[in-house]
Amino acid sequence: MATKTFAGVSIEVNDDGYLVNSTDWTKKIAADMAKEEGIEITDTHYEVLNFIRTKIGNGENLTIRGIGKSGIVDIKGFYKLFPGAPLKKATKLAGVAKPTSCI
Amino acid sequence: MKKLLILGAGTGGTIMANKMRKTLSREKWDITIIDQYKTHYYQPGFLFIPFGIYKAKDVVKPKSDFFPVGVNVIYSPIERIEAEKNQVLLDQGVVLKYDYLIIATGTKTAPEETPGLKGNLWHKSIFDFYTIEGATALAEHFKTWEGGKLVLNIAELPYKCPVAPLEFVFFADAFFTERGLRDKIDITYVTPLPGAFTKPRATKMLGELLDEKNINIIPDFNIAEVNNEEKKIVDYAGIEIPFDCLISIPTNMGDAMIERSGLGDELNFVHTDKHTLQSEKFDNIFIIGDAANVPTSKAGSVVHFMADIMEENLLCAIQGRPFTAHFDGHANCYIETGYGKGTLIDFNYDTEPLAGSFPFPGIGPFGLLKVTRMNHYGKLIFRWIYWHVLLKGKEMPIEAEMQMAGKKL
Ligand SMILES: Cc1cc2nc3c(=O)[nH]c(=O)nc-3n(C[C@H](O)[C@H](O)[C@H](O)COP(=O)(O)OP(=O)(O)OC[C@H]3O[C@@H](n4cnc5c(N)ncnc54)[C@H](O)[C@@H]3O)c2cc1C
Repeated sequence: MATKTFAGVSIEVNDDGYLVNSTDWTKKIAADMAKEEGIEITDTHYEVLNFIRTKIGNGENLTIRGIGKSGIVDIKGFYKLFPGAPLKKATKLAGVAKPTSCI
Repeated sequence: MKKLLILGAGTGGTIMANKMRKTLSREKWDITIIDQYKTHYYQPGFLFIPFGIYKAKDVVKPKSDFFPVGVNVIYSPIERIEAEKNQVLLDQGVVLKYDYLIIATGTKTAPEETPGLKGNLWHKSIFDFYTIEGATALAEHFKTWEGGKLVLNIAELPYKCPVAPLEFVFFADAFFTERGLRDKIDITYVTPLPGAFTKPRATKMLGELLDEKNINIIPDFNIAEVNNEEKKIVDYAGIEIPFDCLISIPTNMGDAMIERSGLGDELNFVHTDKHTLQSEKFDNIFIIGDAANVPTSKAGSVVHFMADIMEENLLCAIQGRPFTAHFDGHANCYIETGYGKGTLIDFNYDTEPLAGSFPFPGIGPFGLLKVTRMNHYGKLIFRWIYWHVLLKGKEMPIEAEMQMAGKKL
């Protein structure tokens, strides 16, 4: 298992760069990760990250549709905040596991 | 008299009516099943209709052919479940009380969820094949279609029978090759998944098959709208894909009745314990089939495995014993690959599809993750098994729990 230094603290991450322990997460880590992804983090980003952390914490499913219904952003807005692969990027920045789709 | 109510008389509801009528005493238990329609569709057959292999008449039978003696049948729309009051409302104010409730209302396509999908081109150049209407309209269209860009798009996860869209493009490749039109047709498979399937080995194998058949794949595409004027699909990131003929797997949703009853998630799938199949909110409600929000495939084979588990657990609940059966997410899907051949995958919540033989270790007759003629016969025979064995709730030589014997790690 690799480690990575965020805000001067060394944190365990997996091969894809996701936090191994969701409890290690801080806003500062999210900001550092965002920079790496070329994202300038804003309050709206944090609101989305908190929404994701709460959902996952409750053991609920996370979907793009669910985020679109969160009342924080619509799906288009979500893509603007986390361009390219929004769900993958947002879960990474939220310090939760990469979503696995099951069909 | 105690009352067991079953909502929905499709695959799962019909199997449970048959199983529970055998298990529960007729003196003590009244069983009632409710559905809005009188016709039972063999949904896996819809895939074969656009290619002229089956006609509409090959996939329908009256639902009444499959109900056992001693079960009350009501044909009516279901308005709402009032779980706190242990009752179900039908239309026109009919109220039915229950001691135990089985929800088997399935999933259906919701094209209206995607702007522009059900626009001017619907059933003219845009088709679905998850409904009898869509499948037969497409069969007509293919009879005279001269070619162009054939695009298949999956709108959203989850969708029932996750292999059906792949089978569709494999069939399309063979169908147009046989008609001498293949060089005039460009086939593109557009999916929100990162590849052809979800689990690594199956994704690799199916991805290679797409490649071999010269079918393009565009992954990670989340459709935002259909532009009818310019005939293209557009995703949220702004990527545009032009089409001449679009095959859509629209968003799949549970019935609106689930939403009205306050029992579902964002897509109206019922919150269900994935191992016991009991409702997460009410101890006397159980959910079978596509209606449940459990993280495995929405497929007939899954419904069949769930039925064995549910029969046992429902009895445990009725007799006040702890649950003894445990659903592992077992799914088993035959995949048509065209030219009279097919492949087969077998998996559960924790184990991805592996290579090997099925159902008898080392013998088969079916090959897992292999393209064989036998696997194609397996799929064709499934229709007979469905009508004569599966719906009647009879025993099959396949365990509900996934087996590792005969598989290669
Ligand atoms: C194109 C296609 C190909 C497929 N291929 C395969 C395959 O190869 N292998 C496989 O295993 N599976 C396959 N499937 C999937 C399989 O058909 C389904 O998973 C299965 O039928 C689900 O059973 P169910 O009982 O959950 O729902 P259904 O069989 O869909 O039954 C639901 C019932 O509930 C009724 N209902 C819903 N709401 C209400 C209401 N409010 N009031 C009254 N009645 C209501 C409906 O009328 C319906 O009869 C395929 C499906 C499709 C569409």
